[in-house]
Amino acid sequence: MDKIETFLHSLLSAPGLSGFEEPVRKQIEDEWRPLTDELTTSPLGSLHGLRRAYASTPRPSVMVAAHMDAIGLMVKEIQGTFLKVSKIGGIDPRVLPGQPVLVHGKKEIPGIVQMIPDRLLNSSAAGSPPNLSRLFVDTGLPEKELQQQVQPGDLVSFASTPMHHEGGYISGHSLDNRASVAAITVCLQELKRYQLEWNLWCVATVMEEEFLQGALTSAFALKPEIGIAVDVTFAEEPGLKTYTTFPLGKGPTIGTGANVHPALQRKFKQIAEEIDLPYAVETMPRGSGTDGMAIQITAAGIPTIVLGIPIRYMHTPYELTSMADIRRAGRLLARFITSLEEDTLATLFTGGDQ
Amino acid sequence: MKELIQKITQIPAPSGFEKAVRDFILDEVKPFVKETRVDALGNLIVRCGEKTKQGRSILVGAHMDEIGIIASHVEKNGRVRFSNLGTIFPRYLPGSRVRFLDGTRGVIDSDKPEDLTKIQPISQFFIDVGAESDQTCPIHAGDVAVFDREFMDLGNRVVSKALDDRSSCALLINAIQQIKTTPHELYFVFSTQEEVGSKGATTAAFGLDVELGIALDVTPVGNLHGVKLQVDLGKGPAIKVRDVGHISDSRVVNWMVAGAKSLKLPYQLEVLDIGTTDARAMQISKAGMLSGALSIPCKYVHSPSEMIDLVDYEQTLRLLVHLLSNPINLEK
Amino acid sequence: MKTPQPLPQNLRPPLALLERLSNAVGVSGDEEEIRQIVQKQIRSFVDEITVDALGNVLAVKHAADPNVTRVMFAAHMDEVGFMLVQEEGEGSFAFEPVGGIDERQLLGKPVQVGKERLPGVIGSKPIHLCTAEELHHAVPQKNMHIDLSPGCASKAKVGDFATFATRFQRNGDALFGKALDDRLGVATLIELARVNPGNLEILFAFTVQEEIGLRGARVAAYNFQPDMAFVVDSTPAFDLPLVQEDEENTQYNTRLGAGPAIYLSDAGTISDPRLVHFMVKLAEEHHIPFQFRQPGGGGTDAGAIHLTRSGVPSVSISIPGRYAHTPILHASLEDWKNTLHLLNLVLLHASRSILTPDR
Repeated sequence: MDKIETFLHSLLSAPGLSGFEEPVRKQIEDEWRPLTDELTTSPLGSLHGLRRAYASTPRPSVMVAAHMDAIGLMVKEIQGTFLKVSKIGGIDPRVLPGQPVLVHGKKEIPGIVQMIPDRLLNSSAAGSPPNLSRLFVDTGLPEKELQQQVQPGDLVSFASTPMHHEGGYISGHSLDNRASVAAITVCLQELKRYQLEWNLWCVATVMEEEFLQGALTSAFALKPEIGIAVDVTFAEEPGLKTYTTFPLGKGPTIGTGANVHPALQRKFKQIAEEIDLPYAVETMPRGSGTDGMAIQITAAGIPTIVLGIPIRYMHTPYELTSMADIRRAGRLLARFITSLEEDTLATLFTGGDQ
Repeated sequence: MKELIQKITQIPAPSGFEKAVRDFILDEVKPFVKETRVDALGNLIVRCGEKTKQGRSILVGAHMDEIGIIASHVEKNGRVRFSNLGTIFPRYLPGSRVRFLDGTRGVIDSDKPEDLTKIQPISQFFIDVGAESDQTCPIHAGDVAVFDREFMDLGNRVVSKALDDRSSCALLINAIQQIKTTPHELYFVFSTQEEVGSKGATTAAFGLDVELGIALDVTPVGNLHGVKLQVDLGKGPAIKVRDVGHISDSRVVNWMVAGAKSLKLPYQLEVLDIGTTDARAMQISKAGMLSGALSIPCKYVHSPSEMIDLVDYEQTLRLLVHLLSNPINLEK
Repeated sequence: MKTPQPLPQNLRPPLALLERLSNAVGVSGDEEEIRQIVQKQIRSFVDEITVDALGNVLAVKHAADPNVTRVMFAAHMDEVGFMLVQEEGEGSFAFEPVGGIDERQLLGKPVQVGKERLPGVIGSKPIHLCTAEELHHAVPQKNMHIDLSPGCASKAKVGDFATFATRFQRNGDALFGKALDDRLGVATLIELARVNPGNLEILFAFTVQEEIGLRGARVAAYNFQPDMAFVVDSTPAFDLPLVQEDEENTQYNTRLGAGPAIYLSDAGTISDPRLVHFMVKLAEEHHIPFQFRQPGGGGTDAGAIHLTRSGVPSVSISIPGRYAHTPILHASLEDWKNTLHLLNLVLLHASRSILTPDR
């Protein structure tokens, strides 16, 4: 396992649910500290890492964003010795029965998600998948101790230990979107040996899984001249191969559609071809569903592009992806950033399309 | 206190048409504030206090608008068809009375229930104002109305339309009158158009330079639209952990909990699976701000007869006054 | 500042321009062709044109005094359409809609694909080969294909945009074409650019991506910082026969021939009553027929504009059009004329004093 895989392993082992990203932010801070000139935290908790341009004149800035928040559950109510929960982010309740979790109360408490059995419900419910109201968390703690340790609002995260598979594949919860955070880290590592012509803001955003609150506010604060959102996308799975899925290990995706500036798309494709980096074009007819949607419409508008890292089983306790694709995404980002020159702003966005 | 709530809830002022209640609130708060302003969307923004070294600039908001209806067509027979301003649950419509801003009153019903066991959509309802034809009907497309229901005093609990969110407006008025000293710069925003998407709060927040935003709203109890809720009346102010659209900063939640504990007040931690508040708009304004919400538990939300407990109200008021009058310590 | 031209007595609706705009292709996210037409048309009438990061065309007519009222007019350049998403071989492509389109309007329709306008068909299975059961269900859009014919295999590619292949036609007062929502608005603004009131800073925003979330308007308004905004769009007219003949149509939204439709409220905006009142007064004083668009669903760029920064008093006014978001819309030339006339008056009479009473 190389350094990036080790780093990703520890990211996937941390909670950091939407709105409560501190545990994972701390890890990213530690990793980015030697790779950046300045690290700050936004009022909402997003991490802003700056690599300054090496120049005597003011330079434009590019923002590369990946969300660090993960989906999970939140304690809604304590009913006797059981916990009722609410969703954070888009969770399919069908993955939950039998799922080991960690309840983040006064201390971390292991628990199991289970569902009220068919025999205790009326017959129409037999065999049907549970919704949240039928699910609960069992910690094994007696009522009094449960009341002391846990309260409504406490978080419940998936207790999935990351696994490393032969051939360079990794699985665990929250590859969405810690895989992209790892990719940005690869990019920062590559850029260590370069002086930059533009300022680079690497941003680990919060609350993407809710309503892009982090991206909205960070983009407003930084108002970059170019915005890049890196998020995971759907990989082909056994039994699932359509135009919306991409093969694992065959490179990242470059988005096309209203959320992506055509000039940026052309530039990224050109660079990928120059360095023989495999990629696929991902159609996004109505929008990307990523931080890119927020970045593009910030203030007076920001030219934006969306890159994707294919993962399987998105939004489930074990997602799976290829380390090679993560490294490729990081390399593509680094190459783009080193291609930015003092006059790029004037030349990149002229021509037929804008 | 009851009198203030009664007066303020009775003023007809649906989303987009809040002038009447804004005028009332302005009269109530003017003697107590340093500065008042009305912005492009009709928000009333008042300032109290000066920021000291330990102080912060804080936005505290309650929305002035109530849900209502807007006339969309007058039929040849004089019946008025309408659309909603904010979320109206059709099951509360049959037999409800409404009052238009010009004073015209009417009753709602529908005449073609195909299936008496099903709840019809709003488009199937009409308002009868007593007119016999469209020529004699005093109402035209675009006229707006609210539920017409008088205040009911049940002792410790009161019932009225528009307790959402006039009860919070009353609370903020009381708070403004009661806060004697504060280290903070306080902006009280009586916002417009919350019920149609926190529009007022969005623009009001943009125009202010604040570090922390707190929304005061009512929160549903019991069962709302099939969603079971765990907050209840008579158990004290609800401190919002999250709702659909907003997650409070946990440091703000802890600060509120610490405040309640220091006053030995009961409180409830609120995890809400339906609905949101103006805090959502505050949190994402510009470069973002710390945010949280305090709620007054309320039964029968968005019905013509909402109910709150006055002890909950007083406790929420005491908590808010305490929080705003003292320095804020936001360590975890 | 441009040399003041004599005020046109009656602005004439530019029919030839509307035809060009209606036939031009500009799906949300791919508005370049419309952008080119707009820029060429307004160049000699405005002081400044910029194209921003999303592709909005932002044009300004300065007033002599920079402190005058800033009035924004907006119309969206984009139309609903399709994107090719998967190559299936033999010239056939899977596609997805861009913007909201009722899938029941698609079967058997001709389309044009990509910059080369390759002709294609959304094929529909012959009735002879359908079961009785099938005939009772709408064909889901995901089961449809755009067929460019086997001879066209390699000319189109995934990511290309497509629109209906409709050609504009006029029959007396009736205007037929695709994308009249909102090329009518675009043509209207281009014509209004000829007016030189001199005492207003006029900000024209030809916006992008309205059909997929009012995205262009949001950043255009942030940039412009107007004092007030008038949005010109086209809104559905459902003044159509009901199944039950003796019933009254209470959900018509607007009616063709009843004049420009002033918005009171829609799903995205409660119009600023001061601006509604201003327009109604102008229409009444100058005997211009007008109607109120029924309050209720739908939305325009005003939904984004009025929430920008600290808020922008806004109102929308639409030219009614039947069959929005289908291959052919039907609008009335007379309605368009009256809309143009009313907006001309808005330009001549707008001032900050309209906003003096608090909302």
